[in-house]
Amino acid sequence: MMDHSKIEKNLGLMLVMVLFAISIGGLIEVVPLFFIQGTVEDVKTAEGIKMVRPYSPLELRGRDIYIREGCYLCHSQMIRPFRDEAMRYGHYSLAAESQYDHPFQWGSKRTGPDLARVGKKYSNEWQVQHLIAPRSMVPESVMPNYPWLLASELDYSDVGDRMGALRVSGVPYSTNKAEYDQNVKDFGADVAKQLHIPDSQKNLIEQAQAGNFDGNAANVSEMDAVVAYLQVLGTMVDFSKLDNDSFVKYR
Amino acid sequence: MSQGNTQSQGAQTTGHVWDDDLQEYNNPLPSWWLWAFYLTIIFSITYWVLYPAWPMGKGFTTGISTITYKNDKGVEKTTHWSTRALLMKDLQDAREMQKPYFDKVAATPFDQIAKSPDLSNFVASAGKVLFSDNCAACHQSGGQGKMAFAPNLTDDDWIYGGTYDKIQATVANGRHGIMPPKGGADLSDVDMDNLANYVLSLSGEPSDSAKAAVGNELFHGKATCFSCHGADGKGNQDIGSANLTDKIWLWADVPGAGSADKKVAAVKAVIASGLNKGVMPAWGGRLSADQIKLLTVYVHDVLGGGSKK
Repeated sequence: MMDHSKIEKNLGLMLVMVLFAISIGGLIEVVPLFFIQGTVEDVKTAEGIKMVRPYSPLELRGRDIYIREGCYLCHSQMIRPFRDEAMRYGHYSLAAESQYDHPFQWGSKRTGPDLARVGKKYSNEWQVQHLIAPRSMVPESVMPNYPWLLASELDYSDVGDRMGALRVSGVPYSTNKAEYDQNVKDFGADVAKQLHIPDSQKNLIEQAQAGNFDGNAANVSEMDAVVAYLQVLGTMVDFSKLDNDSFVKYR
Repeated sequence: MSQGNTQSQGAQTTGHVWDDDLQEYNNPLPSWWLWAFYLTIIFSITYWVLYPAWPMGKGFTTGISTITYKNDKGVEKTTHWSTRALLMKDLQDAREMQKPYFDKVAATPFDQIAKSPDLSNFVASAGKVLFSDNCAACHQSGGQGKMAFAPNLTDDDWIYGGTYDKIQATVANGRHGIMPPKGGADLSDVDMDNLANYVLSLSGEPSDSAKAAVGNELFHGKATCFSCHGADGKGNQDIGSANLTDKIWLWADVPGAGSADKKVAAVKAVIASGLNKGVMPAWGGRLSADQIKLLTVYVHDVLGGGSKK
């Protein structure tokens, strides 16, 4: 048995033991989640394709701008399993839906509404107009104007690096043929193409031009990226094909 | 502190001595505190027994408390307590509470709902909630719409038709306004000037009659405007082409233009660049059929639909 005075007189040892003591609570809460099956729900189509996919290069840049502008300070992306939230926002958020989000955008405060299922709820034009001048669409809004999103060209030169960084944290962006083939199996061919890092800039430009999210086909603006991101939020899982209690069994 | 003070009480100490004379009392805890502490232990053990609590390998202890609910398919299930199952129960209760009303709305033909005070009250209140959550962002809270963005729903002018069936189709499937641009190769600036004057003359706005006469030719000829807007300019609700003869404007802000010149410019701008906007999302996937019917009746009866056409 170690003498108590040894710990009290040895700052280094005490530091280690204090850290150990205060981490016990956190470890007990967090570690089991890595082992419990169903912490992250298994959401697949009838054909075995994963419904939740990593973001395309354009959506990923949009997410980075979302973080840059601090949208998470006022908007959550976490619909809790309560009746009022189900009525207003739709199906509660699944852990699976933010499994590729690093960091996740659950947020902690709603000054504005939750955005977890805002995708496809409004038109691209609405999103653009609302981001430029929120009060022109919603008179009582207190959201700041973000006019520079439309004026700023999107810098996509480093989008491959950004995907590479997420790949290190476990997001299945592919760098080689074997990984690409695995993605074809997991997500289908169309999605797998979007996840291939060597083609990321080409894919980003293609999606921006095909979608023309900002209403200006000539350029790729930051608005293109943000709106592409907003329009995909909460739309990956097709709840219309599932019973409304499909995810009860995971908890 | 004078020396000796620390020992004068005769109380028990922990036995440690720091820095020669520093000691710590070892008084018993107050009994109310102690009992409260024991109670928390009893509470937590009860909680472990009733509710999901401890991780066990690949699963966890589920507790003996259960929840029985019916899912949206009407299948009854019993499961251990969880917030997700609790939500199912809450939603089921809400569904059952509203069911008599929703059933009645679903079973009642559109035009009969207004005749039942009970049902129209329900439509007015429940419809307002749905409208505020989903539609007001574009059509604004009173349905008054927004110039150059979303049509006014309270007037009698309907781009795609104001009957119940048409409104229901619009809500369920969404809309996308398309008008081919006429600027550039198709029409010269003068052509568009003349056309704009003609279009303004259709609704009695101030216009240059000489230019309007030339515009008339273009409208029914080279510019092919008539093929969508009709020879009389009254539009076609089946394809969503606007009626140009009423004084209601959506894309060209004619009412807001201060001068005759500005009115021409506003119309010209729309002719030149056309429209590839006016996108209304389809609500069929997000709202249930019951909710869409409710919204349809709300838009038609409460905001005011047009059944003239």
